[in-house]
Amino acid sequence: MLRRAVEDASTGSDSDYSNSWISWFLSSKGNEYFCEVEDDYILDRFNLTGLNTEVQNYTQALDLITDNLDDDFQEELRGTLDIQARLLYGLIHARWIVTARGLAKMLDKYKKADFGRCPRVLCQGQPLLPVGLTDVPYEKSVKLYCGRCEDIYSPKSSRHGSIDGAYFGTSFPHLLFLVYPALLPPKSGPADPARGVVGINPGAGAAAVDDPRRRGARVRDELVEGADGLGEAINTASVALRADRYRPRIFGFQINEVAKLQRWQEAMRDRQVARLETLEGS
Amino acid sequence: MSRRPQQQSPLDTSQPEVPEDELLSATGEGDEVMEEAEEQEGYTSSTPTSSLTWISWFCSLPGHDYFCEVAEDFIEDDFNLTGLNAMVPFWKEAMEMVLDVEPDEDSAKIPDVSIVEASAELLYGLVHQRYVLTRAGLHAMAEKYEAGVFGSCPRVYCMGCNVVPCGRSDLPGLETVKLFCPNCNDIYVPASSRFQGVDGAFFGTTFAHLFFQTYRELMPAPFWKQPSSSGSMSPSRSPRSVTGSNSSQQAPFVNPNPHGGQKRAAGKVYVPRIYGFKVSERAKSGPRMQWMRLRPESPEDLDEVDWRGRWIDDEEDQYDDGIDGEAEEDRRMEDFDPVRHIYCIVLC
Repeated sequence: MLRRAVEDASTGSDSDYSNSWISWFLSSKGNEYFCEVEDDYILDRFNLTGLNTEVQNYTQALDLITDNLDDDFQEELRGTLDIQARLLYGLIHARWIVTARGLAKMLDKYKKADFGRCPRVLCQGQPLLPVGLTDVPYEKSVKLYCGRCEDIYSPKSSRHGSIDGAYFGTSFPHLLFLVYPALLPPKSGPADPARGVVGINPGAGAAAVDDPRRRGARVRDELVEGADGLGEAINTASVALRADRYRPRIFGFQINEVAKLQRWQEAMRDRQVARLETLEGS
Repeated sequence: MSRRPQQQSPLDTSQPEVPEDELLSATGEGDEVMEEAEEQEGYTSSTPTSSLTWISWFCSLPGHDYFCEVAEDFIEDDFNLTGLNAMVPFWKEAMEMVLDVEPDEDSAKIPDVSIVEASAELLYGLVHQRYVLTRAGLHAMAEKYEAGVFGSCPRVYCMGCNVVPCGRSDLPGLETVKLFCPNCNDIYVPASSRFQGVDGAFFGTTFAHLFFQTYRELMPAPFWKQPSSSGSMSPSRSPRSVTGSNSSQQAPFVNPNPHGGQKRAAGKVYVPRIYGFKVSERAKSGPRMQWMRLRPESPEDLDEVDWRGRWIDDEEDQYDDGIDGEAEEDRRMEDFDPVRHIYCIVLC
């Protein structure tokens, strides 16, 4: 964490051309996950409630990120102040991205797959969203949430692996899908909505994948593949039945213990589906 | 010997990408290991050692880290190559190249040595697929596994479980190599783009699973019990409590199934929360996929599901999956449709 900060501080010196601290910060290497927090949001002190106890030199750090720091500020303190400014920006960022405008900004980045794509093969390159495991800074690094397999992964690059998870918070991806249910990714088929309309499954060649046709009769086309969906009409009660899963095989034969576990897991899934459909019906 | 510079050439083209950091940072993805590999590549290309066999040279190329060295006597035994000559063009020349045999004079009629190189690579890959299923091959791969050569699972709650290379097809030319995690029983795309040129068939569909059947002590068991500390109450601290529990639970781990995985599993499942509250499954965006990572608390629980995937005893329906304690009583199985639970135990 500290190493990265020092590295970036050194690169910072030659980027005087960027007009504001925030745009410099956003363009520095490793900060690709962050979106721009609007000035209005930072300048409204209500939004910063409590952060003065989290950040040392709070006033100067705030001045730095809003480009109001006096030019005669001691040079030797700038290095440490930069770390405080990053912390402050990160904590404001965590609050900002769960506001309506912040969600919309992060949504744009999500659509561009700025946070990378799910490493799970059967998620077929589903774009990811950043998530923290805690809202307290300096505890856990940022993780990436996949809306298709609903699991979390470590970033591929150690540059992103060292970002504090608290700068994104634990709620953000889940709030995003709560606010935009039409964006819930489909559980099977290609991830890209643009390609999704075609409906062909590029990864379907492999024999090890579950054949969704077996359940075809039951599975309705509930999930909208495109971005502008049916809104309230979405029914996600039985989407899990569409999910592909990998089946380990030795010379084509399933392995007893793994197959047993997978049957148990699928029975758990079916139980949840039955429960949700009962709720839906009542 | 001209093949070496030529083999390097596609890799050398990756050199201009060295400002890769910028390039990758734009997409938000990167790989630090990359830099090391390029240094290594520079080293091998600058020293064309004649003592190096083709096989060890091939295995030392960047991106070929997953391959183990196939014993020459395995390749020399024609029985092991049954059927491969129909799949590999320029069979004889490819064999000569792989085994470092001086070529005959008439091989000069092959217009381009790079054609033979491609054949040699295909031949080696297909032999490798068979070799890693032998005792010696499994042993060689186990050493690489324990050294962490294949990397670890990107899934956070697999707690860095080491993965093995895995193909999705035994026929070459269909899919690149993937990585199988024995903890979540799932497959992942290798983090580094170096491996995007490696054919998955060179490892095959069987190897990963035969590997964990052979080395059961490396295979996580199918059940897992949440450590007794109430870790689920504090989401912020639960990942740490899991790591802590591994050291605190000193009792040796035993799977009653002697043919099953003998390693303690990393069984935690991610629970989405908004402002600290679990997202209800009743929400449209609520959790739908936790089952895929779930493990029962005890091995006996696995027997509650029959071979068709149905609960044997509906009275046992109130099973607490340890994830959402709420609405356990509401679970009703009356409207269960048995028809859709047809599972194939054995598929060829």
